[in-house]
Amino acid sequence: MRTLRAAILIACVLAAWQALFAFAGASALTSPRDTIAYAAELLSSPGFYPHLIETAQAFAVALAIAISCGILIGFTLGLYRFAADVGEPVLVALYSIPKITLYPIVLLAFGIGMPAKIAFGAIHGIMPIAIFALGAARNLNPVYLKAARVMRLPPSRIAARVLLPAAIPEIFTGIRIGFSLTLIGTLLGEMFASQRGIGHLLIQAIGLHNVRMIMALTLLLVVVAVTASALLLAVDRRLRRHMFGAP
Amino acid sequence: MTAGRLRFALALALVLLLEALSRFGVIDRFAMIPPSEILWHLGKILSGGEMWPAIGKTLTNVAMACIAAIIVGVILGTLIHGWRSLRETLDPLFAAYYAIPVYAFYPLFIVIFGLGDVPQVLIGFMLALVAVIVNTLNGLDRVPRVLIKTARIQRLGPLATALKITLPYAVPYIFTGVKLAVAYSFIGVIGAELIMSRTGLGYEIGFAYNNFDNAVMYPLIVLVLAIAATVNTMFFLWEKKMLARRRK
Amino acid sequence: MSEVHVALRGVTRVFPATAAQREVRALGPIDLDLMRGEFFVVVGPSGCGKSTLLEIIAGLNRPTEGAVTLEGNPVAGEVPEGIGVVFQEDASFPWLTVTDNIAFGLRQTALDKAEIATRVDHALRLMGLTDFAAAYPVQLSGGMRQRVCLARTLVQRPRVILLDEPFGALDQQTRFLMGDELLRLWRDSGATVMLITHSLDEAGMLADRIGVMSARPGRMLEIIETRWGEERGSRVVATPRFGEITARLWQLLRDESQRAMAGA
Repeated sequence: MRTLRAAILIACVLAAWQALFAFAGASALTSPRDTIAYAAELLSSPGFYPHLIETAQAFAVALAIAISCGILIGFTLGLYRFAADVGEPVLVALYSIPKITLYPIVLLAFGIGMPAKIAFGAIHGIMPIAIFALGAARNLNPVYLKAARVMRLPPSRIAARVLLPAAIPEIFTGIRIGFSLTLIGTLLGEMFASQRGIGHLLIQAIGLHNVRMIMALTLLLVVVAVTASALLLAVDRRLRRHMFGAP
Repeated sequence: MTAGRLRFALALALVLLLEALSRFGVIDRFAMIPPSEILWHLGKILSGGEMWPAIGKTLTNVAMACIAAIIVGVILGTLIHGWRSLRETLDPLFAAYYAIPVYAFYPLFIVIFGLGDVPQVLIGFMLALVAVIVNTLNGLDRVPRVLIKTARIQRLGPLATALKITLPYAVPYIFTGVKLAVAYSFIGVIGAELIMSRTGLGYEIGFAYNNFDNAVMYPLIVLVLAIAATVNTMFFLWEKKMLARRRK
Repeated sequence: MSEVHVALRGVTRVFPATAAQREVRALGPIDLDLMRGEFFVVVGPSGCGKSTLLEIIAGLNRPTEGAVTLEGNPVAGEVPEGIGVVFQEDASFPWLTVTDNIAFGLRQTALDKAEIATRVDHALRLMGLTDFAAAYPVQLSGGMRQRVCLARTLVQRPRVILLDEPFGALDQQTRFLMGDELLRLWRDSGATVMLITHSLDEAGMLADRIGVMSARPGRMLEIIETRWGEERGSRVVATPRFGEITARLWQLLRDESQRAMAGA
């Protein structure tokens, strides 16, 4: 059933794409067939891999930073009521400011290259993860904490063995959202602050009006993002079902 | 000390720290100018008047993108909610949406809609739209079944049920989407201006950056952040007032 | 008691099998006549299909077999005009004041503003909500919110009022008081009332007739006539007749409840 729905969705997208192609013409976009063919060509050309690896590395590091710092910040604030009251509006405000305007500052601070795009990816992903981790820590059932105290566990054990596992589903939702935002952040970082990577190829193609390249790269990114998100969404739902029983 | 005051004190301390660091040369002047100078330059830029067209254009485009996204998003969210299999088909797409670099479609929009403001507004609209849809869906999911039954007992049709029962119930959740829509409209419009436009605040920031003109770049960045933060705070206060009646 | 107001003939409800569970025979077959103006109470073990029965009469749910008629017209999955329902769950609208909540249904009609205001004022007074007219539901207790829902139903002057354990979440004392109020409202309105409850006391003191349902699939085991006159209420609990009625109810329900628990 689910595969059927996915197939229908893909068919609809392809049909709309083909119709748009017929309407807007080859100067605006390439047809689905040509795009898929060119994407395959890109994937099999050796010159493409350094860019792919560069982006993958930057994204992996940025995501690792976003997850670890996000959980640390969110959890620490969430466990202390007053700290949460002070910190949460700050996190929400930082989450909702247009971070793209900060790119010159990131560039001035990190220079052009890997660190800048990692930083740009991480600042996009860190806030949602911290906000969800904060919510998770604050909403923990106090009974768990009491039960852990009664078992005379030391605080570090309580955090690692009780609080973190209990908060996992909520935190995972944050990670799922953080994943998407870190990816777009990394790509944006590459668009402005790099000579390599998928984002760089994309901005270069935009500048040269290389429609084939733009379309093929966008297709690849969409496929990767949708596949990864669908997987994360499935895990997310499973975790929630296990813990709360609700879908 | 209340949380609000502590927050203010912390922000003030951060600004003072930046001021001291840049005054004493720990932060290079090429990297950043002191906050006091940023403010001073901002005052000069605003009173000078030559930036006003850019500011006006950017804010108009952001407002159009945001309002359109809210209206269309709530309508689409309501329709999608009523159609279960469509909803389940689209869910992974919504989840992945924010990883897609919407800016890549910018050249396409320019070919279709020309070089005017439409492509930029469209980018902001596309970014904001899904936040509204997703949060509308979330709100409608939470409407208690007994309220739906009540609507049927009152013999309301689907449209009246949505307008009078389910959407009013979902308003606090939709508000979350609205706040995100504000942020995403800014991100979309300013990002588009940065990438390939010759006007607007985003373009001016990029132009100043490329010319190492920190006396223009920093004030404009602060201006954008301040406007976005002000709009968000206004929505936040409105939301708080509204929720005070509904929640303890 | 003269004319039949609501008639059920051979009504059954089967919930088809899903991925999660097998087919469930929830209800019936049930034959039942509600007479115009009577106060009919339904009692039965948990899960016997009482709420399903109410939803079928209200048109919220379709019978699998059989038919329901209201005033001679068939009810088939559409809520007919002239029916009011109060649910067990809080159905007050959190975004509206008490006044706006009560006026909600009237504002869907062509009634003029003055008439709406009069009816709402009357309902506010009747339910003791006048001081809370401008309050939002969140400021009220559970019992008061249920009164808001009751008032919202009554101002529409339904000819049939269906009540699905509306006081189920309230404490015993409040329930008795709400029961007295309900009787007063019933006498004033002249409506036909069907009340679902799991409280045998409530059934005994309120009803003209009490329908006792079996464990799932719910059927009518017996219909007990209380033979109370117009004068009834929480005071009848002191009479020997009340003891007889509740004893008979318990006798019927004990076996069924045990069966329901064993089946659950």
